[in-house]
Amino acid sequence: MSTIAVAPGRGPDESAIRIPNYLNTGTTLRSWLLTTDHKRIALLYFASLTAFFFIGGAAAVVIRLELATPQGNLIGSDTYNRLFTMHGIVMVWFFLVPAVPNTICNFVVPLMLGAKDLAFPRINLLSWYLFMAGGLLTVASLVAGGVDTGWTFYTPLSTLFANSYVALAALGVIVVGFSSIATGLNFIVTVHKLRAPGLTWYRLPIFIWSLYATSVILVLGTPVLTIALVLLLVERILKVGIFDPALGGDPLLWQHIFWFYSHPAVYIMILPGLGVVTELVTCFSRKRLFGYKFVAWASIGIAVIGFLVWGHHMFVSGQSLFASLVFSFLSYVVAVPSAIKVFNWTATLHGGWIRFDAPMLYALGFIGLFTIGGMTGLFLAALAVDVHVTDTYFVVAHFHYIMVGGMVSAFFGALHFWWPKITGRMYPEYWARTAAALMFFGFNLTFFPQFILGYLGMPRRYHAYPPEYQVWHVLSSGGAVLLAIAYLMPLVYLTWSMFRGVRAGPNPWQATGLEWQTPSPPPKENFATTPVVVRGPYDYRDRAAHPQHG
Amino acid sequence: MADARPAEQFASLDQQRDVAHAGMWVFLASETLFFGGLLAAYTVYRIWYPEGFAAASTKTDVVLGTINTAVLLTSSALMGAGVRVAEARGSGRAVGLLLLGTALLGLAFLGVKGTEYVKDAHDHLVPGYDFEFDERLRRGAELFFLLYFIMTGIHAVHLTVGILLVGAFAVRAWRGAFADRLEPVAIAGLYWHFVDLVWVFLYPLLYLNGRAG
Ligand SMILES: [Cu+2]
Repeated sequence: MSTIAVAPGRGPDESAIRIPNYLNTGTTLRSWLLTTDHKRIALLYFASLTAFFFIGGAAAVVIRLELATPQGNLIGSDTYNRLFTMHGIVMVWFFLVPAVPNTICNFVVPLMLGAKDLAFPRINLLSWYLFMAGGLLTVASLVAGGVDTGWTFYTPLSTLFANSYVALAALGVIVVGFSSIATGLNFIVTVHKLRAPGLTWYRLPIFIWSLYATSVILVLGTPVLTIALVLLLVERILKVGIFDPALGGDPLLWQHIFWFYSHPAVYIMILPGLGVVTELVTCFSRKRLFGYKFVAWASIGIAVIGFLVWGHHMFVSGQSLFASLVFSFLSYVVAVPSAIKVFNWTATLHGGWIRFDAPMLYALGFIGLFTIGGMTGLFLAALAVDVHVTDTYFVVAHFHYIMVGGMVSAFFGALHFWWPKITGRMYPEYWARTAAALMFFGFNLTFFPQFILGYLGMPRRYHAYPPEYQVWHVLSSGGAVLLAIAYLMPLVYLTWSMFRGVRAGPNPWQATGLEWQTPSPPPKENFATTPVVVRGPYDYRDRAAHPQHG
Repeated sequence: MADARPAEQFASLDQQRDVAHAGMWVFLASETLFFGGLLAAYTVYRIWYPEGFAAASTKTDVVLGTINTAVLLTSSALMGAGVRVAEARGSGRAVGLLLLGTALLGLAFLGVKGTEYVKDAHDHLVPGYDFEFDERLRRGAELFFLLYFIMTGIHAVHLTVGILLVGAFAVRAWRGAFADRLEPVAIAGLYWHFVDLVWVFLYPLLYLNGRAG
């Protein structure tokens, strides 16, 4: 690969540079901070989310270091509480919830729909500013001394007993929630109203269906969290009883309202990943998606049923046994659409012409880890088993398999897949595959031992533990080191590739989506002429036969 | 019609209008869940403390509450008329006047509500600040008044946003800004009616409960 310093008009680099695209039209700071271009806003989000990911990650590093030995010799229990709380708050609301929607989706959704932008470009920019404002409030609470309640803010601990900066952090989460609602609203309206001519619902990529389902949850779930946090702030600031039983309130009400949002929030965090994997599996096995309509409606099914299972977080909280039975049953039901997706991906892979590029490695890793995470979720949905493993490392391992093994893998898969579209350059394949493999290995080494720890009875949220658990904790901490290296690698080689990567061309993967029919990086207005869609997504059979007509 | 061009992300004015309407409906769906959380809290505690809630709600000022309900319903009627006139491409001044009337009635509502708050404070009904009630019913009554202030307070915040929005639109309509772009008026109307509708739920819950039967 030659460098940029080529004589004018000679190499392909030079001609590519001259073509106006969204990156080189306007280069002032102002043109970035006041942009309404969805592609630039996506990059603003990328930068901010990367920072939050490493803040949350740093907290995890200290946690794992402390747990390498049974005694609490690195930090005290109070500091430990603040660290895992901050890890949870930052990772949930400032990385996982916005991870794919605000970065990848923001960038590719208008392109996938053949649209010039999202329906409300200024609201899109506003959502970034709200996100940053919420982030600053939360970081301020961290700097001031942190929060020690856990990310779930359970009452009355959070309202009347915690001597930490709960109000500031809660306010940050409220504000970032407004950002979520604005994002979800924008996507829902965009998908309904801004599809290119001929792009019917059943011609949409599954990625769009997944994002649509995610947006419905963002719009309908987030306001419930907002009002819950408002009530929490009222109780904390005025010292009046809403949730505190000593003052006549009901602590279970907090848990009900909180989980009414926070269980669906799990699907906010995973549904976009399910969409990403569908795009990757079809593209890298050159196959039509098996059972398109099932996969599409499974996304909607997950969003709807996901609103009805929150009580499985409260099996030991004192809710009625009848309620627990119903929630347990519904939690089994919600696993069905997820399983449909896994089966259909597998069936799509069957007989495909599979290529193991880095995005595909992430996708395959996702399928394995998501399946383990999902299956152990069923253990937890079973009443009797849940009573045994509630608040143990089994739960920690379960949701990290979904959130980190699943969603973070999907995020990196998506990042590598669309990287050439975003930057116009390819990432180094060798390093990307190495990072993907290391991430998979490091992840399993970190979190599989935690299933065993939980089964053996190690409770979560303790900084010290009996010595018989140490071997599993040491394995887990060792894995965390590998995981940290695997996360730092893309930061290095992706940054390098922005300047030195091979020019990608419009469609390096020979993929079928509309986003691949425009130059990389795309021009500011996305398409020179609005595309007209005449066929469904994943039209890969024809392409394999006649690649030159792609 | 020279000015009537859609924003750059839209293919046509029709599409732009559709998008604006859809956006407001989705927003209102989100708002419904927001107030839904409050109504859930109200329901739970009314079931826990039926007597406390009944006793406490007789302490709210039903006369002022009823006047306010009438004021807000009238404002919605004016808003509705404004939207109809705009859609019939009637005079911008008529639309402006109707919207102005809407906003002024909204202000009147806030004035009455403020008077009520002063009266409530005078009657020692503000939890966390100055609350006196029959000891036997105190827990429930305190929760009732807490929810009363949170619910009416959040409603007032929404109404204030509506007043600013409709007030600004009244001026612009008077100047003829909506001659060929009607959707902002209709969309402001959707918001206004929603805020009104929230009050239609709050009124019986907060004023009529203990007084029925
Ligand atoms: Cu759950």
